[in-house]
Amino acid sequence: MAQLFRAAIAAVAQLFRAAIAAVAQPFRAAIAAVAQLFRAAIAAVAQPFRAAIVVCFTLTSVTPVSAQPRVFRWAGDPEGGAPFVEADPRQPDRLIGFDVEIANLIARGLGRTPEFITITFTSIVQSIVRGDADIGLSGLEDTPTRRATLAVTVPYYEFREVLSVRDADAATLRTLADFRGRSVGTLSDTIAYDILLRAEREYGLRAVSYDDDVHPYTDLVIGRVDAVLLDQVLAERRHRSVPGFTIQPDTVAIGHYVGVLSPQNAPLRDSIDDILRGAMRDGSLERIFRRWNVWNDDQSRLYAGLLQGKPVQPFTVPGGLETSSLMTVSRWEAVKRYLPALLRASVVTILLSCLSMAVAVLIGVLIATGRVYGAPPLRAILLGYVELIRGTPLLLQLFVIYYGLAAAIRLPAFAAALLGVALNYAAYESEIYRSALEAVPAGQLEAGRTLGLNTRQVLTLIRGPQAFRLALAPMTNDFVALLKDSSLVSVLTVMELTKQTQIFATNLGSWIIPGTLCAALYLLMSLPLAAAARRLERHWKTPAA
Amino acid sequence: MSDVVLRVDDLHLRRGARAVLAGVSLAVARGELVAIMGPSGSGKTTVLRAIAGLERYERGHVAVTGRVGMVFQFHYLFEHLTAMQNICLAPVHAHGMSPDEARRRALELLSAFGVDHRAEALPRQLSGGEAQRVAIARALAVDPPVLLMDEPTASLDPARRSELGELLHGLLRQNRALLMATHDEDFARTWATRVLRMENGVLR
Repeated sequence: MAQLFRAAIAAVAQLFRAAIAAVAQPFRAAIAAVAQLFRAAIAAVAQPFRAAIVVCFTLTSVTPVSAQPRVFRWAGDPEGGAPFVEADPRQPDRLIGFDVEIANLIARGLGRTPEFITITFTSIVQSIVRGDADIGLSGLEDTPTRRATLAVTVPYYEFREVLSVRDADAATLRTLADFRGRSVGTLSDTIAYDILLRAEREYGLRAVSYDDDVHPYTDLVIGRVDAVLLDQVLAERRHRSVPGFTIQPDTVAIGHYVGVLSPQNAPLRDSIDDILRGAMRDGSLERIFRRWNVWNDDQSRLYAGLLQGKPVQPFTVPGGLETSSLMTVSRWEAVKRYLPALLRASVVTILLSCLSMAVAVLIGVLIATGRVYGAPPLRAILLGYVELIRGTPLLLQLFVIYYGLAAAIRLPAFAAALLGVALNYAAYESEIYRSALEAVPAGQLEAGRTLGLNTRQVLTLIRGPQAFRLALAPMTNDFVALLKDSSLVSVLTVMELTKQTQIFATNLGSWIIPGTLCAALYLLMSLPLAAAARRLERHWKTPAA
Repeated sequence: MSDVVLRVDDLHLRRGARAVLAGVSLAVARGELVAIMGPSGSGKTTVLRAIAGLERYERGHVAVTGRVGMVFQFHYLFEHLTAMQNICLAPVHAHGMSPDEARRRALELLSAFGVDHRAEALPRQLSGGEAQRVAIARALAVDPPVLLMDEPTASLDPARRSELGELLHGLLRQNRALLMATHDEDFARTWATRVLRMENGVLR
């Protein structure tokens, strides 16, 4: 019950995230998926004059917006929480965190006023390229791709990727090589996820991608995954709130946090680098990190090296398990490498969509029949169900089914996704069937009755088939919508097409090719469906005589 | 009147404050084609619907020997089924006839009414006259002794009306009882064996 309640709070928070950022659990996942998918809509609302076309330009990375020079706009995601950026629990309209203090430090150095812009974690880089903010500062990792496609500051913090396992496994599961046949979770779009993908091939483990950094740990404790690979800052933060797991001492990889700017902003980046180096020299960065309890000797070494002008690798993997960057291969090679994964993800999408729709149609028909023929109490219950489902976001329902009910029923991710989407769409389908049933002319039913057919026969032989013909067009519409809504299930760690595309795009540093491929694959799935529905409609109008 | 197969006694039916039927009594015997005539709203159609079991009445009694068949003014052929399927639906599903037998009988009816060439057409592809014949065939497919018809000439031109009259008389020769509600004075005078006048819910 407590878990259920928590999940409910989380979803409300997505809806009113600005207002409720203070109490919101860091369910980054929810926001990430929605914002990623409906980026166009959000942009249009925020800046009406840019309209939908801007989306295309977003993909091609060409909309610089002139910065107001007196203001230093920095982007972060308060859902990421402490110690990076979070709303002050005592004063929710105030932000705190080491990234906040670093942003203030930089703004002071530039002689500007800092202005915070809330951007979903997984969208920060695209927003920076768009020009929504001058810099992204939110525990962003240094990667070869980012160095090649963006203006990246000097690293200001060095972290270690560490494995967390259940207390009982602490003695046996120590390194990635110990995880053959087991699953390891992490945040998607991160170095850790890249490392896990390599380890999949190398060691035969299974990588599970999450959109937030809370659920990997709760799923670890209840046994859905066998380990979590994330940086030690995140691991130690979760360790304080989620009991039952142990952080292994071995370092799987070393990475760095950086600020990211758009490539056009390289001069600003250079000034910021000077400010950061100054802060490393005079100890102000050390003071900030000590305040947040994340200072250690790694930082002293990092700063010393940087101040001596030594180059710093974006990240290193001591165990030798290097991840290959897509930046080093040709675009065509990158497509060839990712296409199998995209096709696999398409199969997941189409399978999930077809099965969910089938279940939704079945339940929808039962609900509609109950609402038309049932006794008043049954009708009231069914109406309640429909209103509850229609009135709450699918994302919340998915969370409740997968995470909220985990204490009672531990559904596998795919089953939870299927059930969540099906139960949601069943409500919408039932409304279509109910109105279609009611649209069948009374004369048709009376004709059936005078011929001696009973109520059930009138329903199954006359009313149902006629209603189905009326419902076909809206049903097709819903199925196409479901196909795309199925992308939401990535929050339950199901690797479907949109999520796979997002990972591809992050690794490639561009949305053009992955976005085009993804759109083409969705169209390949939806167009034949629409064509089949049209053919069926034509057939009903004039049967092959 | 030993051949009476339909008897209606003192039927009363109200809609709100309005008395639609205020004590209707009638009897129809085999071989009779009875026409109920009267202005719109006089209750003609309601009498037929009450007999067919489509209206609840407060008082009175309807007695039918066997089933009644009903042919609606707008036919109400099942829109998703062909003429043939319309006719076979009830015999197969409500009366347990084998599909082959139902089909054979349907073809007989369709050819008797001269529309066997339209067996595979959908209702929307039929003309008014064709649709009416299919509707009569559908009602007769379960072999009711009583056939009710609401405004059967409404969608027919004069030539088709006399064809319908011939067709109905053919049914009388099969010893059925026919009761129709109509506005069509000429048709009633020419083809009905008896004409009843209805006004304000009572037969005069």
